[in-house]
Amino acid sequence: MDWSAFILSLKLAAWTTALLLPAGVIAGRALAARRFAGKAWVEAGVALPLVLPPTVLGYYLLVAFGSESALGAAWQSVTGRSLVFTFEGLLLASMVFNIPFVIQPVQRAFEALPPDVREAAWVSGMSRAATFWKIELPLAWPGILTALVLTFAHTMGEFGVVLMVGGNIPDETKTIAIAIYDRVQAFDDARAGAMSALLLFFAFAAIGLVYAVGSRFGRTHG
Amino acid sequence: MAESGLHVALHQDSPIPLGAEFGCEAGELLALVGPSGSGKSTILRCIAGLFSPQSGKVRCHGEVWLDSAAGIGLPPQARSVGLVFQHYALFPHLTALGNVVVALGHLANGEREKRARELLELVHLHGLEARRPRELSGGQQQRVALARALARDPQVLLLDEPFSAVDQATRRKLQRELAQLRKRLKIPIVLVTHDLDEARALADRICILHRGQTLHAGPPSEIMARPKNALVARLIGLTNLFEGEVLEQRLEAGVTVLRWKEHALEARHNGAFSPRTRVCWVIPPENVILHRRDRPSRGERENPLPGVIDEYVELGEMTSVTILVDGQAEHPLAMTVPTHVARRNQLGPGEQVTVSLLAEGIHLMPWDEVR
Repeated sequence: MDWSAFILSLKLAAWTTALLLPAGVIAGRALAARRFAGKAWVEAGVALPLVLPPTVLGYYLLVAFGSESALGAAWQSVTGRSLVFTFEGLLLASMVFNIPFVIQPVQRAFEALPPDVREAAWVSGMSRAATFWKIELPLAWPGILTALVLTFAHTMGEFGVVLMVGGNIPDETKTIAIAIYDRVQAFDDARAGAMSALLLFFAFAAIGLVYAVGSRFGRTHG
Repeated sequence: MAESGLHVALHQDSPIPLGAEFGCEAGELLALVGPSGSGKSTILRCIAGLFSPQSGKVRCHGEVWLDSAAGIGLPPQARSVGLVFQHYALFPHLTALGNVVVALGHLANGEREKRARELLELVHLHGLEARRPRELSGGQQQRVALARALARDPQVLLLDEPFSAVDQATRRKLQRELAQLRKRLKIPIVLVTHDLDEARALADRICILHRGQTLHAGPPSEIMARPKNALVARLIGLTNLFEGEVLEQRLEAGVTVLRWKEHALEARHNGAFSPRTRVCWVIPPENVILHRRDRPSRGERENPLPGVIDEYVELGEMTSVTILVDGQAEHPLAMTVPTHVARRNQLGPGEQVTVSLLAEGIHLMPWDEVR
């Protein structure tokens, strides 16, 4: 068992979720509330990582992170580190490929809010901020929890993009999915099997949690 | 100068045309009545600050809430308004008590729960404080919405079709409760409804709306008996609406003589129309009096008209009768008689009758296409 790879995956998943979730809540809520020209294209862009092969996404991220690109060069001049084959680059890539997993559940949750509760809060004297924290967020939280769990679990299991952008550097970019591949390549079936079983259990528990909370919420708030 | 009450003037061409002007005094209940799509809810939303019309003014107790010319438009939070939504819009994740507590932001933290309990008691929900909205009946939900609307101690209470989502028995009960409650509220109350009977039962004044325009505001009895024009008469469902021509004014006798078909009718005096003016006129069915067929009695000299009964429908204690005056099919005259009277007089389809139109009940209006 490669525990350092597992811990690195947990770290990547935690950072990705922590950084992406607040932005995803803001973006998902805005997409739910607003209608504007080209909204369908924005939504298509959000969904793109779902259908794009991870290698394709990884390839473009690799190009964008390289020291020849503006982003890569700027990052290098500020931090002195490369975006390619580093944890920071991996985290940025991970945030990009998780965009649909955060925004879509959040957007659905805000779209499902009863249409006039927000206005009811305003005429009850509640500020927009109070309306968000006391009314909208509690009503939308199953969607936000879904976004959180999906992002975390998906990051734990992502392989293609990680391999393209991060490579296979122990304690830096060698996540558990990479470690499994690495062990299979080395005919180390025992450790590959153990790590696969761990990841399977982890993913099942995470998705189970989402469904359990969803059905409980449906009973108390339906 | 301190000005009391609510004053509203709203104008807009699109998307929903508005031309609404009305006032509502403190302690008064004004009903905005109109068919669906007539802009009733939009007007309430303008008062509450949830919708900004192209131009308009809303003042309440001398405070300007909206003055589009001066660039003033307070947000809903800054308007002291209570609004009961048509489907209540309760917060589904909060208890009945919680729904009221969140609207008590103007009180100190420690006082909110006590005040919320008082408000729930006021709307007869004592003991149900811990229930969530989905655990309450429609009528109870409406009461929570009312308690929440009153929580801010509003200067205006707005009710958007508050009785439309409950069954009839509950509706009657809630209407009675509102009639009781409003005696304790010294603020303007604006009730939006499409139900004219509800408006007549509850309101001090009714304002008739049509395509966003306020057509006629007045006490229910005035609107029903003396609508401003033929459109208002049609909107409030007056069936006896006819065209005629003024023949002469007899000021000393207090009557205006009207020609209708071949008949000269005496109407309650109305000096607004000079002779030979075309007019519309209405007469409420209760001012059409049936002549007893066995023996004529007094009061029958007043505008007697012969006719043939066309429709005869017994509706419980009252019977609706439609009469073809002079036997002619156009302009049928509707009246209601107690069913026992109808039976005693052996009324029925095809029977010849004579009726009197009481002059006091005939109301003249400017001419307009009747149909």
